[in-house]
Amino acid sequence: MTLVNRQLIKLNNRGVRNVTTFGSVGGGSMTFIKKLTASASATLSFVDGASDVVLDSTYKEYMFTFKDIHPASESTFSFNGSIDSGSNYNVAKTTTLFNAYSGEGGTGTDLGYRTGEDLAQGTGFQGFSSDYGNDNDQIGCGYLHLFNPSSTTFVKHFISRSTNTHKDNYALDVHISGYFNTTSAIDAIQFKMASGNLDVGDICLYGIK
Amino acid sequence: MGRGPVGAPAIIRYGNNSLASVDDVSGINGSMTLIKTLTASSSSTLDFVDGTNDVVLDNTYPIYLFKCIGIHPATNDTGLQWNMTIDGGSNWNVSKMSTAFRSRHAEDNSYAVLEYRTGEDLDLSTNHQWITAGQGNGNDEDGAGELWLFNPSSTTFVKHFMSTSIMYYEINAPFNWFMAGYGNTTSAVDGIQFKFNSGNIDAGQIKLYGIKDS
Repeated sequence: MTLVNRQLIKLNNRGVRNVTTFGSVGGGSMTFIKKLTASASATLSFVDGASDVVLDSTYKEYMFTFKDIHPASESTFSFNGSIDSGSNYNVAKTTTLFNAYSGEGGTGTDLGYRTGEDLAQGTGFQGFSSDYGNDNDQIGCGYLHLFNPSSTTFVKHFISRSTNTHKDNYALDVHISGYFNTTSAIDAIQFKMASGNLDVGDICLYGIK
Repeated sequence: MGRGPVGAPAIIRYGNNSLASVDDVSGINGSMTLIKTLTASSSSTLDFVDGTNDVVLDNTYPIYLFKCIGIHPATNDTGLQWNMTIDGGSNWNVSKMSTAFRSRHAEDNSYAVLEYRTGEDLDLSTNHQWITAGQGNGNDEDGAGELWLFNPSSTTFVKHFMSTSIMYYEINAPFNWFMAGYGNTTSAVDGIQFKFNSGNIDAGQIKLYGIKDS
């Protein structure tokens, strides 16, 4: 028989047969929501209400992690938001971007603001880092925090840090922050390469209570 | 029935033919799981090696996060460093490529600067990678920070990492360090070692978390 609603715990012959799910028991403050895995993919899209994705007022903060992002061709890994459930990914954004880089074999180091890679009310995709390498062992990894996307009062801030191998064998440490300049709710985020496919890699979405 | 706890540890308790309580359930503690805490006590190194002392550092998690808290060096003007192993801790010498920069500001309002630091980055070096540098060892001086390690078990890709730290510099100033890069190996990384470049880790804790992807 079933004890407790939602089949939390099942009893069998006066003994516990199994525990199916624990619903609201415990759970911590960071909840895994969805993982998308690239396989020669043009885009990876997280749309609230689609394919078990939650990206609404359930959480005040969301975090995307991405690892082993390997492009089919040397290009820029990037993201954008949607206010119409993914019909359009073209929200105006103003952002800051600075990075540090260091080249293998002493080919140069620098720390600086990169005016060519930020956005000033641009509706295009925000790049994490230009010229991802696509050698067999080259990838990018990082995270993107998105704050209160469901707000219909405020702009939607985000902060990202990522590291990747540049096509010319540089290590990069990239810091991006800014906001989607809209008071409409952001209900979807899309990731893609500026050109070519996402060969492999995965992106996970978490909600933070 | 008055039975005692079923299983170990005490997860479910019986009482009078019914469940009396559910005390604890492992494995549902959210998406960030504490794996191991190591506490320094005049320690030359703190080593996290997969399969040793309950440490998990394999393909169980795609991302690992180390948190360094209250790190106090025995020796003044030293830095916390770390390295990778691909052979279960026999050698800590993975080649690494990294960037390093910092911001700083002293109590007397001097030293305010943001700068790249060639002294703390690595260019395909097998040396330990700095997390902090120039830490003071006064009684109230310590450092803290975090280190992200992505997919160490991969046998296809290099192993990217990012660290951020804050520390008390010996001339009475907070230094905020940022390092990132990759272990230039396609072998699985199965251990991480922390140490100071000189002298012991007098005190502090380093915690290892796994971040789930399911």
